[in-house]
Formats: sequence, C-alpha cells, structure tokens
Amino acid sequence: MPGGSENQTTTDERYASRLALTVNDVPRELTLDNRTTLLDTLREHLDLTGAKKGCDHGQCGSCTVLLDGQRVKSCLTLAVTLDGRSVLTVEGLAGPDELSPLQAAFIAHDAFQCGYCTPGQLCSARAMLDEVDQGWPSAVTEDLDAPAELTDAEIRERMAGNLCRCAAYPHIVAAVRETAAVR
Amino acid sequence: MKPFRYHRPADVADAVAVLAAEPQAAYLAGGTNLVDLMKLGVQRPDVLVDVNRLPLDTVEELPDGGLRIGATVRNSHLAAHPTVRRDYPVLTRALLAAASGQLRNMATTGGNLLQRTRCPYFQDTSKACNKRDPGSGCAALHGVNRDLAVLDWSEQCVATNPSDMAVALAVLDAVVEVHDTDGVRDVPLADLYRSPGAHPERETTLARGALITAVRLPALPAARRSTYLKARDRASFAFAAGSVAAVLDLDGDVIRDVRLAYGALAHRPWRAYRAEQELRGHPFSPELVARAADAELAEARPLSENGFKLPLTRSITVRVLSGLAGRAQS
Amino acid sequence: MSAGAIGQAHPRLEGREKVTGTARYAMEYPVDGVTYGWVVPAAVVRGRITHIDTTEALASPGVLAVVHHGNAPRLATTPGPNLWLLQDPAVHYRGQYVAVVVATTLEAAREGAQLVRIEYDAGPHTTVLTDDHPGLYKPDHVNPAYPTDTAEGDFDAGYAAAQVRVDATYRTPAYHNNPMEPHATTAQWTDGRLLVHDSNQGATSVRATLAELFDVPRESVRVIAEHVGGGFGSKGYAKPAVVLAALAARHVDRPVKLALTRQQIFGPIGYRTPTIQRVRLAADTDGRLTAISHDSISQTSQILEYTESVAVYTRSMYAAPHRRTTHRVTRLDVPTPFWMRAPGECPGAYALESAMDELAVATGIDPVELRIRNDTEIDPDQGAPFTSRNLVACLREGAQRFGWADRNPTPRSRREGRFLIGSGVAGSAYPSQSVPASARITARPDGGFLVQINATDIGTGARTALWLVAADALQVPPERIEIRIGDSELPAAPVAGASMGTSSWSWAVIRAGEALRGKLRDGVPPDAEVSAEVDTSAELNAQARKPKFTYGAQFVEVRVDTTTGEIRLNRMLGVFTAGRIVNPTTARSQLIGGMTMGVSMALHEGGLFDERYGDWVNHDLGTYHITACADVESIEAYWLDERDDELNAAGVKGIGEVGIVGAAAAVANAVYHATGVRIRDLPIQLDKLIGTSALA
Repeated sequence: MPGGSENQTTTDERYASRLALTVNDVPRELTLDNRTTLLDTLREHLDLTGAKKGCDHGQCGSCTVLLDGQRVKSCLTLAVTLDGRSVLTVEGLAGPDELSPLQAAFIAHDAFQCGYCTPGQLCSARAMLDEVDQGWPSAVTEDLDAPAELTDAEIRERMAGNLCRCAAYPHIVAAVRETAAVR
Repeated sequence: MKPFRYHRPADVADAVAVLAAEPQAAYLAGGTNLVDLMKLGVQRPDVLVDVNRLPLDTVEELPDGGLRIGATVRNSHLAAHPTVRRDYPVLTRALLAAASGQLRNMATTGGNLLQRTRCPYFQDTSKACNKRDPGSGCAALHGVNRDLAVLDWSEQCVATNPSDMAVALAVLDAVVEVHDTDGVRDVPLADLYRSPGAHPERETTLARGALITAVRLPALPAARRSTYLKARDRASFAFAAGSVAAVLDLDGDVIRDVRLAYGALAHRPWRAYRAEQELRGHPFSPELVARAADAELAEARPLSENGFKLPLTRSITVRVLSGLAGRAQS
Repeated sequence: MSAGAIGQAHPRLEGREKVTGTARYAMEYPVDGVTYGWVVPAAVVRGRITHIDTTEALASPGVLAVVHHGNAPRLATTPGPNLWLLQDPAVHYRGQYVAVVVATTLEAAREGAQLVRIEYDAGPHTTVLTDDHPGLYKPDHVNPAYPTDTAEGDFDAGYAAAQVRVDATYRTPAYHNNPMEPHATTAQWTDGRLLVHDSNQGATSVRATLAELFDVPRESVRVIAEHVGGGFGSKGYAKPAVVLAALAARHVDRPVKLALTRQQIFGPIGYRTPTIQRVRLAADTDGRLTAISHDSISQTSQILEYTESVAVYTRSMYAAPHRRTTHRVTRLDVPTPFWMRAPGECPGAYALESAMDELAVATGIDPVELRIRNDTEIDPDQGAPFTSRNLVACLREGAQRFGWADRNPTPRSRREGRFLIGSGVAGSAYPSQSVPASARITARPDGGFLVQINATDIGTGARTALWLVAADALQVPPERIEIRIGDSELPAAPVAGASMGTSSWSWAVIRAGEALRGKLRDGVPPDAEVSAEVDTSAELNAQARKPKFTYGAQFVEVRVDTTTGEIRLNRMLGVFTAGRIVNPTTARSQLIGGMTMGVSMALHEGGLFDERYGDWVNHDLGTYHITACADVESIEAYWLDERDDELNAAGVKGIGEVGIVGAAAAVANAVYHATGVRIRDLPIQLDKLIGTSALA
C-alpha cells in the first residue's frame, strides 16, 4: 500500500501521534490515535489482516507477531510505543510466492483447521525456535544450566500461549519438531 | 478506552514529574495488564507515560554478590539470565511458570510487581468490586471465589495477588528501588504490598506517581538450592491454584535456613515466616514440614469455594522442600 | 467409477492462504468508507429499558450513531425472538445486546459503547437450573425434532427385578463454543441490496433469514463466508452479529464492520445448556442390560424453547428390554442455549458412558467387554437394523492399539512416583444424516471444471473433500477442478453442522457430475461451457429412513498428581467407523479436534455462574480455560474400513461430532480408575481431589 493512503486523520491531535515503523521490511509512516493497538494498526490501517483478533486481551495468541525479532501479543501492544521499531507478521515470514519451511510443515502436517489461530501459531513458533537457539529455558526444562533441548514436551510448553479451538496441537507439535530438526 | 495523551519521558525525573502533575496519568511498561484493563474500562488514564525506553533494562551483578534488575527488564530475559538461573533458580522457575512466551517477552520486572488482581469481578465493570470502585461492595466474598484468598482478606476484598515472580522475590528478600519527586528510596518487597483491609483500592505502599526503577536481590548463596512450584488445572498458561517458592539450606540433616512464600493465598505474596520459624534449626522431615505449613495456615479463613487451598498448600510445601532436601517424596 | 481421489490424503486447498495470512475472514475485506460497530450489553437480567442517554456517547469523537430500540430500523418478527434485536425495550437476560455504537474507528466505537447510559426497570429473576426447579416442564419435542420421552417394556419393574443396579446423577455446567474467531460481520447496503461478509456455518440459511428480517427479496441479499474461524455449532444459523451489523449499516447508511468481543460471546450467541442427568442401569450378573433409563434436565430461555436432546443417545446405544428416556426443561432468565458440537449426544454420552463404567465396576466385568455384550444390530429406538454398526470392532481395535489387556481393573492399582495412573474407555456414536443440497458443475473448453456449491468450510476440510469427490464423480484428476464454496450466490446447500455437511454436499456434487458427464461426449472438452445443476431433494425424500450412525471407541490414560490433584492426559486413542473417509488428512484432524474438545470439557471448561447477577463470571479465555497445547501429550485417531451402501451417494458418514462424544466419559472413567473416586460433576479439577481420599 502506498504511504499516503494508510494514514487516517484523527480528530484531536493531542490524542494522536505520528510514528514510523518497519513492517515486514517496509518502512511505514502513520498518524494514529494513541489508543490504536499494533493489531488494529496492522488490520485496519495497513491491510495486513494475517494477525488475528481472537480475544483482544492477550489470552489466545492469535495476534502474535514478532517485534524486533521477539514474539509479542499485538493486541496488547500500543502502536504509539513502537516508533522506530520493526515488526514481522505472518505475511512477512517468507518472500512473495514462497513458503518458509515452517509454513510448509504446517500444511504438510495439517497443523490447522479453521486457520484463524494459524498466523499466531506460525509467528510464535518461528520466534520460539530462536529462543531455543539462544538457550532460553522453559517451565519444563529440567536442568536450567544445560543447553535447551527441543523435546516434544518443550514444544508443547513453549507453544502453550497459542490456543487452537480446532485442537490441531499434535500436528502443530509435529510441524515444529520437523522444522526444528532441519534448522 | 478513553482518548489519552502519550508521553515518552527523557529520563526518570521527567517521568516522575509528569505523574506528579497529572492526576490521571499512568506509567506504561509492557502493557500486558494495563492495556487489557484499559480495554475493559477498568482503568481510564488521561496520559500514558511510556517508561519502556528509559535506561532501566539491564541486569547488573553487584559488588556484594547481589543482583540489580532494571525495572524494564523483560520477564523472559530475566528468566534466561545466566546469573539468575545459577544463583536464583527460584526466580527463573517462577517467571517461566507465568503467562506465555509472548507475554513474558512483553511484561517487565516493575510492571509484574504492579499487576492487578485477576479476580473476575474486578475485571468486569458491570459487577461490584471495592478495589475497582470503592464502596460498591465485594461480589466475590459470597460469589465465585475458588481462586481467591484464604489469608488476610477483609470483608471489603478477597482478591489475590496474581504474580508468580513476586512470590519468588519474597523469599529472596528483594528490595525495590522507587523514584518519586523526592528522589530514590528502597522499599523491601515485604513492605511493598498492603493487606486489603478497608481500602483494597490501595494495593501497594507506594505513593501515587512513584516509579519502580529496579529490584535488588541480596547475595544469598543458599538460594542456589531453591525452586518454585505452581499447581494449576491447565498444564500451562494459567494462574496458580496454589504455588510455593522455597529456599532450603541444610546442615547435614538439620535445617540451617529455610525461606518459604506462597502465591494464590492472599492479597500479597505470602512469606511464611511462621512456618520458617517452625522449621529452622530442626532435623528435616516431611512430617515437620507438614506441621509447619499447617501452623502457617492456622489463621486461614477459606471462602465458600477455596478450602482446597489448605491441603494443597501443605502438600506442595512438603513436596518442594522434600525435593530441595534431595528426598524423593513417595 | 472411482478415479481414486477419494481416500487419498490431500493437504487443504486453502492451506497456502491460511499459512501466509492471505485467507480473508469476515472482518478482513477492505471496504471504502467503512465504519465500526460496537455492541452494548444489558447490565440487568430481566426488565425494561426505561431510558437510553446517548448524549455523552454521541459527543465522543468519531461516534456517528447509537442504534437502539428507539431508533433502529424495523425487523420482521418471523425469524424468532433471538434475532429480534433492538426492536423493543424488553431485557430478557443479562448481556442481551441492547445497542450498537457506530463510529469511524474501532477505538471510538469501543469508547462510545462505554459512554451509553442505560436505565432499567428491573424485576426479580431466576437463572439457576436445579433438579427441583418449579418451572420444569415437558416440552413438545427436543432438538431438533425428537420425541421428548420414550418408553419400551416396563422400566420400573425391570429395574426393580435386576440383580445389579446403578443409579447415578451426573451434572455438566454450561459450555461455551468459543471458536477462535468471534462472530463478526461486514455489512454493506447498496441500492436496497445487502452484502455481508459473515462468519457463519451456512450462508444459504443466513441469506434467507436476513431477507426475511429486512423484508427484501432473497436475491437482494448476498452472504459470503469464504473462510470461517471455527463455529462448533455457534454459527449454525444467522446470529446477532450479522443482524446488528446490517441494522447499523442501514441506520448510518454506510458500511459497518461489527465483531462481537470475546466477552460478549459467552451466552447471547448460544452455549451448551447445563444438564442434570440421572441414569439408571440394571443388569444381570453377566452384565447384560435389562433396564435403562436416562432422565435429563436442562434449561432454556424465556424467549425461545430449545431443549437439548441429552437422552437421545441412550435410545440407540445399548440394548435392553426395559427402557425409558425423558427430557424436562425449564425457562430461565438466561440467553437461549443452542448447538455446541454434538448437541445432546455429547452431554448424554458423558452420563451414559460413565454409568456403563459404574456398571462394569458393579458387575466386575471389563468395561470394554461390558459394552461388547450389550451391542445390538437392531436400533432399540426405531426397531430396525442399523445400516451398519461397527462399535464392537472399534472397541476391539482400540483395546488392542491402546494396550487395554495389560490393565489391572482394580482402581488405584497403578502408582508411578507421585502419580496415580488410570485408564478409561467409552463408546461413541453420532447420527449420520443427510439433507438436500444443490450443486452446479461446469465443463470448460480448456478441459477444466468448475464446481459450485454453497458449502462452508469452517475448518472441517469441506472445500478439499468436495474437490476430491468431484474428481471421482467427473473421473478426472482433481487438479483440473476449481471449486467455489462459501457464497450465497452459489447453488443452495445446507449448513456445516450436525455432521451432515460432507454427506449432503457430496451427494449433490456426485449427481451434478453424473449429469454433466451425460452431456459431454466421452470426456472431450466442450466447445463452449456446459453446465449441469442438480438438487438432491427428490432423491433424499425418496430414501427410506433407517438408523445410521458413526461409531467410535475412546480410550484414555490419565495421571493424577497426588501432591496437587492435577490431572494430566497421558494419552488418548480413538477408533472410529464412519463409512468412506474422503480425505484422511482432514478427517484425522477433525476427530482429534473433537476428542480434544471432550478432554477440555472433562478437565477444563465450565461456566461459573453467579445467580445474583444472573451471569457467568468467567467470560474470557483467561478465566474460561480451554485445552492448550501443553495439555495434549498424545492423541491419536484411527478408523476402520467400512462400506455402507445405504447411506448416501458418497458412502460417507459424518465425523465432525463423533470425536467429542464419549470423550469426557473416558476421561472421567480414567480418573476413577486412577483414584478410586467417582466425580460426577464436570469439570474434574484439582479442588475436587486434593485433600480427599482420592489422593490419600
């Protein structure tokens, strides 16, 4: 979308802010009502509707995106706080007409049904694998000093913040496991 | 959510000054709780002072062997910090038991300490809650209260403090560094939270506008043998039905020192001084631990739905201390 | 005749769109000049709105209108009271949608909704179901059209005379569907025509309802539901979101996007009623049932009777000479309960399959064997043979795969460290019906085909399944076929629900394919497009009514932590028979999804009700827990080959619901086996175990 049309005039400049952020490697400049969450910025101002609104309160994970490489809930992130920062959404996980290995594994393992939680699952899984690479422990890590090992129990715990009512969980775990194995 | 002005302060003094000048201003850190409550209409600030970019995001080792944790250090980063993992495993365990990976990447040390209760009535503006709306009554007292307090509650409020991290900090004798317009001062974690009493709307002893800038952990070699256990119906991504943080220092079989704190029991993380006293200096045995836990809970007054918290607390105390003592519990 | 596409595992056609975030759901279509609607819920249980003060809301920046009963466009009454929204000041239950704020932004709409001041004249209310509620009555039928009560033989005499008896009462709380996508609609009126992108399970019926409500010809309404973020029954017909969005759009004369919040979908869009179920079983010492009764109590609203068909499962599952089932319902000041995955069978099987476990204990007969002994080839309800019934095969195959033979039947007999381990089994069944549908297939000169049918893919894999069915019907490789679903402009088709989507839709696709092949010469592409459109009404109506069911056997192993009472699922395994399986990939996912929802029902879910407020207190995903990834350590679904020529054109049975049926009972039975304690009210959570003899 060209730069101009994504701006929306807000009624009172005291309650609005101008900010620049990068979304999927594309620089964006917006003037937004301070109340606008990152999720609504993506969906209503940038036509990036991949990130989903499942609960709007940080309780389901459907809105998960990467902020400077780390997974966050975009529904609880106010866009006004993000000036100068970089956001990666499901639309940016692979180049145009490509699939990332994780996306391909999700299709191959049928790791979704209705698909509504899927963008959040994918973003979460992508960042989670980076967390493991950095040696971050989880609640089920036995030895806090040992290198993190990605068992199925670890995948399940680390993906627990992304609810799936269709319950594709075993297939999500399989897709993540397979992707991790070839990284 | 009411329209609000947004301010990104140049430094701590600037942040504190805005709060002093604006009666309806609030600090914004990770936003995981504040933005949630603003959407619900529970909190309606005029100004948000965004402290996320203040230089408070480092963990420093102190000369005396302690640790100074900046207020905006994210929960996930703190949990993964090598020194914390090695010297204060109870803190890493508590942090990792909380919320989800995404939320831990957002939530900050200071914000975690100041998160509000998850009492469902507090979060619903259509129902009575003295904490949210003083004088409106406590709907939970005779309502849905399975997850609420058994200790130190009042007729005005039976809410619990939801933090896991704070329970770990309680056993570590953490000290909170607080800035206000008068400068900086130390508040021991034990003095940070209030009992609900007649004024449950006041949750901490901090003056309005005070900003937590850091949390200090004293050197505590015994904490290398420490852990946190959280019981919950869902295996993850759930608040505690019961939780315990523990540090155990054994001299042979004798308990040289022990520190215990409970989550999910009260309006504050519940440091179990009485139980500790019952244990200190005595040979370790599960039976002794069970008696000590019972002594701690002697004043408990369960609500209509949460009597289970007493046997649960006793049981997880025995399990955790037995584990730290190197004894598998049969 | 088969080209072999059916039965081949195939990834979802829309997989790429879903994993790249380009699949568009109801709120995601760009619309010029769009506005945003935000619903205001009633804050009293029963009464009348005496005054709505919109001054503050309308003065709030960005707010365009507050639509309420005093100013809303008029609706027809015929679609029923659940959809007669913003038409009068009456409040029938707490949370009823009583106003919509329309604003230029989401933020302004949300704030505007906070600022609408409503005064009520409220009266006393009754909102809690009890087994002695004075309002209990016998409804004329139960959902959708089953007889209310049934009786064969003489239950009382048979029960009294039996050698072994079980008499147990089971309770289930309210369950909330909670699809990941809350109900949402984008509505646009143009020159008297209404276009909605709506999250629903069947656009054909939604179009009909909207046309009726707004008194416009059906041709003037178009409903698109291309991708739907789950429904589980809650989007089974037109729901308030689409009506409110259309009302608001007409009122402000601009397009309106309206999504209900997560909090707002706990109740007013439907939920599974709480139930109180008494099951009595009588048997001889060999475990052969002699008498069965199942008495169900459930609730409905003051405005509409919906009676969950709880005891219907018991009418056909196991045989006995003396049988009785009853349903009683009471009207409460609550939202109308509605379909949630396997309405009736799900709660009913929890009770019956739990009671069967209790009978197994009472007789000392293995619970798998007990079910095998009480199998029947004749439907005890209809008195006719089942077209196919392979329950016993499911039980045997499941027992073998699960390792059931190694199980020590004595409760509390398996302890590993601090855990008590137990296993449980349950039977499972769900009717396999079909309803009329229409479809059109077009042959193109380039050798391709276009299949059009207003089916809906709510995550079931319908789009892919019908594409495979069409390939076999046309005897061409599926890659030559394009399929379009999810649009009311397409040939009319029934809702994705009641496990009859695939059977009904595929029937029409197959017949359209046959008709089209009749028009083509030896499969040679035509010079110009050639179409065939069929409607299966006549063929379906001519089909003899016979008992048809999908069956399954559910096996569960749990571990109970004796130090906390926490219950964790070690593993779960289901074996099903469902006729032909069109696409193993998506079928397995559906079965696992149903089983997991049953685990969630047993261990996590339940509305916590506060009678003083007449409302659920837990109404978000932080307080109403559903199973999360960490809870599912191992769930496997298998099926056995089954050929049944009396079903439908494709020879398929439904699989959307059967996975949840019996699942909660299998969990509860496993908890009993682990601990020796029978918990008869769901969910089974740590507070019901810790401090009790279960963990001692």
